[in-house]
Amino acid sequence: MNYRLLWRKGLNAVMLSLTGVCTLLTVSVLFFILGYLLWNGGRAINWDFFTKLPRPVGETGGGMANAIVGSAKLLLFAALTGVPLGFMGGVYLAEFGGKTFSFLVRYTTDLLNGVPSIVMGIFAYTMIVLPMKHFSTLAGGLALGVMMIPIAVRSTEEFLRTVPVSLREGALALGASKWKAIVTVVIPAALRGILTGIILDLARVAGETAPLLFTAFNNRFWSPGWNQPTASLPVMIYTYAVAPYEDWHRQAWAAGLVLLALVLLTNITARVVLARKLSSATG
Amino acid sequence: MASTSIEVGGAPRLGRVRAFLSRLRNGDEVAHLITLLFASTILLITILLVFELYRNSALARSKFGWQFLFTRTWDPVFEQFGALPFIFGTIVTSAVGLLLAVPLGVGAAIFLAELAPPRISDALAFIIELLAAVPSVIYGLLAIFTLVPLLRTVVQPFLKKTLGFLPFFQGPNYGVGLLAAGLILAVMIVPFIVSISREVLMAVPVEQREAALALGATRWESTWKVVVPYARAGILGSVFLAMARALGETMAVTMVIGNDPKITSSLFAPGYTIAAVIANEFTEATSDLYIHALIELGLVLFILTIILNGLARLLILATQRKGTAHA
Amino acid sequence: MGVTMDPLLVTPAAGKDQPEKSRVIPPAEAAVKLRVVNLDFYYGNVQALHGVSLDIAANRITALIGPSGCGKSTFLRSLNRMYEMVRHARADGQILLDNENALNMDVSRLRRRVGMVFQKSNPFPKSIFDNVAYGLRVNGWGGKGTLQEAVERSLIRAALWDEVKDKLHKSAYAISGGQQQRLCIARALAVDPEVLLLDEPCSALDPIATAKIEELLFSLKKHCTIVIVTHNMQQAARVADFTGFFLMGKLIEFNETAIIFKTPARKETEDYITGRFG
Repeated sequence: MNYRLLWRKGLNAVMLSLTGVCTLLTVSVLFFILGYLLWNGGRAINWDFFTKLPRPVGETGGGMANAIVGSAKLLLFAALTGVPLGFMGGVYLAEFGGKTFSFLVRYTTDLLNGVPSIVMGIFAYTMIVLPMKHFSTLAGGLALGVMMIPIAVRSTEEFLRTVPVSLREGALALGASKWKAIVTVVIPAALRGILTGIILDLARVAGETAPLLFTAFNNRFWSPGWNQPTASLPVMIYTYAVAPYEDWHRQAWAAGLVLLALVLLTNITARVVLARKLSSATG
Repeated sequence: MASTSIEVGGAPRLGRVRAFLSRLRNGDEVAHLITLLFASTILLITILLVFELYRNSALARSKFGWQFLFTRTWDPVFEQFGALPFIFGTIVTSAVGLLLAVPLGVGAAIFLAELAPPRISDALAFIIELLAAVPSVIYGLLAIFTLVPLLRTVVQPFLKKTLGFLPFFQGPNYGVGLLAAGLILAVMIVPFIVSISREVLMAVPVEQREAALALGATRWESTWKVVVPYARAGILGSVFLAMARALGETMAVTMVIGNDPKITSSLFAPGYTIAAVIANEFTEATSDLYIHALIELGLVLFILTIILNGLARLLILATQRKGTAHA
Repeated sequence: MGVTMDPLLVTPAAGKDQPEKSRVIPPAEAAVKLRVVNLDFYYGNVQALHGVSLDIAANRITALIGPSGCGKSTFLRSLNRMYEMVRHARADGQILLDNENALNMDVSRLRRRVGMVFQKSNPFPKSIFDNVAYGLRVNGWGGKGTLQEAVERSLIRAALWDEVKDKLHKSAYAISGGQQQRLCIARALAVDPEVLLLDEPCSALDPIATAKIEELLFSLKKHCTIVIVTHNMQQAARVADFTGFFLMGKLIEFNETAIIFKTPARKETEDYITGRFG
């Protein structure tokens, strides 16, 4: 009897410690990533990185100024596409939706969310690159924009729903029509949450590489306007990392650090803001 | 919107028309229409996406038919395209990834849900969620310069020595290959399994645990034999979701898989996944048939992820309902 | 069912001990502001109100009392058609505001004339000033000067001006619960409603805050007609000129407050008043 109990207690201790080990392993990955990038990337970052264009293949030096600007432009296009569609779609679902159509919209939004990013790239390719017969910032931006839609919709809808009915009633009781109540009271009340969700969405899309591989493609030079192929941070990281040149590896680390820093900082700030908002929701 | 039955001098229809017109003047109907338009656009885009995938793979579909899924050859020169090596590679890497990620993830979830004090649990969960935000290409970057050398110099020789009797651990050792891809996938999908499983476990009613403990079970026994089975559907759902992510994962896998469309039994061998071949060869595709074949691969991937995601949502929904039914 | 009362026939209670705030109605001076005839109300298939008829006297305070679920709030909310937010809610019957059909008119216009204060104060997450000005802005009234005046006037009428005049641009959530409720009253008053509906406005407040609001209601009577739903019989007895007793969706009795509380005509009323149920 005693023997069995000892075994059970031992097993208990072992298994529970194992779960702790699992957690430790998982959590340490983040620190490993951060550490490695800080070390390698930190050494590689210099003023040139932010200001110079890439040098021709094989030559050392240069930077990724065009990629940084390119990523910014791509995000702008993505936001212009994804945010209005996502926001309005969310408003529709939260405020106006009819039963069957809402279900359809939610279902397709979920579907869209599950589309692999490379397939999104194919979509943008067939829709824009093929007819235009060349790569462009527009195509890349659109691919990223469509990827943004599902999360923008969900974010908007969820935060609009958190606005208490009492606020809506208050506005209506003062003679505001439904849409006025929505625009002047409901949306402003939910705005901080919605914006945070959208910013998180942008951060996620900023790190996407696959959809850009054959839409925005890449570019050794500046890409003026919207209809030229453009360099972007993620694509540069990829291109440089798999190439055989030491100096390119060095720059890939630098780019990786910049990208990761942006993504992580945005995520941390956004989540903290969200947490604070939720706790003061009744305020 | 509510309907108001109006009995004013026996002219209800007139009242309804007037009500509609006043709503129109107030802008409510306009607002409804505008948002409806945007929502319909989303619907349209999705339909368009499926349609375009279908349409732009026509050449390959008509030439190869269903055989496409079972052909091993991938020969751009002779225009013979088969999906099997990529389906194989996708499944194998995802399987390896899951095999490693599920125990690790569920284990961590158990720790966070059952053992860790709430503050620490939240903090650690936050960190793990940040991992989910790290871009794929950065995982790939790290994998190339840390994981691959490690595999090539230490891990794979070790495995060969100890488990070399298994076909999985035989053959030449390059570092890159199916095992590398599987490992990096595991790292990438663990956060998803942890977050969802943790939430699902925390949603199990306290009474379940208490009942087990009151009967003399140890913490581990109550967790493993009562709580986890109760949350089984949700955990499985998280696994399916992770699987769906793993299937579509492109960059990190492309960077370490070795890019060789062969089917072998060795995990050390280079392989290829659907996402990886599309990423690598799309811009190099010389003929229309080539591109259509790649797009057909994209269609296959799309369908696979849809099915998995659908199953995942059903499972997670099932746990939620179960929780409220018992609460 | 229900007692339709013609206020013209009401005679003042003679020679009784009158508390300072008089509830006596001068003969033949109280006109009818809101007339409800045979109001039925449905939530889907469930009928919540059965043939309610009553007249609300202008410039008087009318209280509606009754146990939980008796329909008094449903009735109140049908007066400004708040039920239109709910699917499958339907009102049958007549509601006349100054002889105009309230169920038929433009609902925004109705709600400007018939304002509402809710049970739990619901100020918007905006500044105090913007809260009070909201009704004015949304109805397109007034430039800056007019707004400033109107806001001040409403806050004074709501007995809140002195307490917030220095912090008009602070968040409405920075003041106490009782102050927030008075803010909601000011907000409702800003659009100059002819009728003010109050749905258990003091149920979430302490006695001091409650007393402030009751005092407020007396002074507001001059400017508008007041209908107040209350769980608190003593409150009805304190403030109301007229009281209606609801039970299970029907208006059981409606009369001068003094009569309802001292000599109720119906047994149900008497049972409720004496605390035998509810």
